[in-house]
Order: sequence, then structure tokens, then C-alpha cells
Amino acid sequence: CRISSDEKPAKFQPPPKPVIIDKQKQREERRFLSPEFIPPRERTDPLKFYMERKDMIQRRKVFNIPEFYVGSILAVTIANPYANEKTSRFVGICIQRGGKGLGATFVLRNVIEDQGVEIRYELYSPRIQAIEVLKLEKRLDDDLMYLRDALPEYSTFDVNMKPVSRLDHEEIPINTLQVRMKPKPWSKRWERPKYNIKGIKFELPEEKMKEAQKWNKPWLEFDMLRKYDTSKIEEEIWKEVSEELKK
Amino acid sequence: QGLLRRSVSHSFLSFASVTGACQAIQKLTRVRVVDNSALGNTPYHRPPKCIHVYNKKGVGKVGDTILLAIKGEKKKALIVGHKMPGPTMTPRFDSNNVVLIEDNGNPVGTRIKTPIPYILRQREGEFSKVLAIARNFV
Repeated sequence: CRISSDEKPAKFQPPPKPVIIDKQKQREERRFLSPEFIPPRERTDPLKFYMERKDMIQRRKVFNIPEFYVGSILAVTIANPYANEKTSRFVGICIQRGGKGLGATFVLRNVIEDQGVEIRYELYSPRIQAIEVLKLEKRLDDDLMYLRDALPEYSTFDVNMKPVSRLDHEEIPINTLQVRMKPKPWSKRWERPKYNIKGIKFELPEEKMKEAQKWNKPWLEFDMLRKYDTSKIEEEIWKEVSEELKK
Repeated sequence: QGLLRRSVSHSFLSFASVTGACQAIQKLTRVRVVDNSALGNTPYHRPPKCIHVYNKKGVGKVGDTILLAIKGEKKKALIVGHKMPGPTMTPRFDSNNVVLIEDNGNPVGTRIKTPIPYILRQREGEFSKVLAIARNFV
């Protein structure tokens, strides 16, 4: 206690008000709903998707499936009866996320000893023992299948790399890397507007790029029958999933 | 343009027109020999091609034996990886990989650097010697 010079008790100073950073609110602003929860636009009964979602949530309660995007580097350990110690670990970049519901898959690619290897894993398979996100980031495209025709240095990742630490509330970084390709022929004609790829540094001559634009279909983005607006469905499913997971 | 062209036999696969993966390995598919045998690694003006698949179907997957035509000779080989996607959780390689083998199952080379799928371990009895010289597994 402070002894003042006038020998009167010091005026009571209330302690400074604590600043409460409500992390819950901060987290709410950035929600991530895994793409396999959103049902496709079909004529099937929504009950089927509801039942699948229940099973998916049940699996997520038991096993943690982290948030990741196409372009993040993951390490997956699966149970393998033919491996030493019955588990095998694979590190790679996620190049594609496909499937809806319990059959959702993702493909990891890596180049080991100059040999490109891709493995398709099922997210909800009971054989998966751990999914670790080593580097969480997004790329300019949703589908990185063009990495097969890119120079192998863009698909090589160290098998023993350490997870890159990041804070919870940060935005997911978008890697604006423009990849250089091997000489043509490629497995698909990536320069065509149908693939709409932004992550390749095309070193093709101007005539080839102009010729590729011949296959452009600019009317497709205005086609109203093709539009599938998922915002409301996402909201409902997000509420359902987050409530179930909190229990 | 400025890319190094290695004069190893498997570089043939990048010169000619590349068809997409059809049905794994069948007759006349060009393959890449993965072990360090002399027969597989010495350059020749023609790439090693499959001429027969020891299978009821003419299509070879991982673990099937095929007959290869290399350097004007016939040699048996074991498929250790193909470009065609297989069941989920199994690896898909960027090239059709093959390991040269004798008639009794002994491998010709002494070391395999490229990764081999774990599925081959299921048939440990037939391929034990090939698995013994393999270094990496996927």
C-alpha cells in the first residue's frame, strides 16, 4: 500500500478495467464449411444428405479433420497392413478436393526421387489415422491438376518438413505463385479458357494464346439455369454442423 | 528451349505424342525401367515396350508380370506402378514403372531407387527378392 506524504489514506484507485478480447466473436467472422457438406443440386431426397451429414459429424467428433484448401501441404498417416509398424505416412500438396458427403476425397501430390506420386485419400475413411496440415494456404485456382505438366520443382515437398505455425485469427494466405510448365504436349490444354487457370505463367507465343481464346464461351457466366446459389444452404448447414459439433 | 535433354532410354516418353493413360499396361505400351540393371539403363534408339501380359485380361496392373522387348531382346518384368489411377489410398505414378526380372523371379538389377507401392508386400512369397532390393515404399 502506498504511503502518501500527508499521512492520509491514498484515494482508492479502482483497478483498470480489463479489456476482454472476445475470441469467439472474432472466430465467428471467419467460418469455414468443408465443401463436402454442401449437397449437389440433384433430385434426391434431402433426407439422404441429412443422414450423411449426421454420419460425417459423428466421425468428426471422434477424429479431427482440419481445415485445409487446395494448395495446402498435408501429411496423412493411414493404417496399412503391409507397412512397417502398420502405418504409412505421405506428405504432399492437395491438388484436388472432390466428392460430396462421406465419399469426399482429396488428392495429394509429391515428387519422391524424381518420380511424381499422387494418392487419393477418402476424408472419412476409418483407415486414416491422422491428417496434419503442415502449411495452410490457398492458391489462385481450385484445381491444381496442371502441376502434373509443370516442372517437378513445383511439386517437390520435403517429407520431413516442420508444420508452419500460424495464428488462429489470421486470414488464410493466398499464394500467387505462377508456375512454369514443361514443354508441350501437356495432358490437357491448360491454356484454354474452359479451365480458367490463373496460376500458370504461359510462355506460349501470342498466336497460340489467341487461338486458345477461340474456345471461349463468354455467355456461360450469365447462364441462369447453370447457377447454383449455395449461400442459403450453406448458412443452414453451417448452423446445423456447428451446433452438433459443440455438443 | 534451354532444358537439358538426358540421353537415357526413358526420355523417349517425352519426345513422341503422349496419349492419356488408357488401361494401365498392355501390349505395345512404352515403359520405364526403374532398377539399376545394365539392360534397363543403357540407351537404345527404341524405348522398351511391352509385348505380352501374363494375365487372363491383356491389361497389366501393379504386381503383374509382362514380357518386355528391350534392346532387341525379350525380358520378363514386374509392373511396380502405372499412370492409371487405381483404388483409393493406392499411389498413382507419373510414369509406367517396371522392374526387370528373370524367369525364376530374381531381379536383374541390384537397387531400386524409385518408390514402390506397399501393395506388393501382399505377395511377399513371389516378390520377396524384388522387395528386398527396393529402397523406398509409398
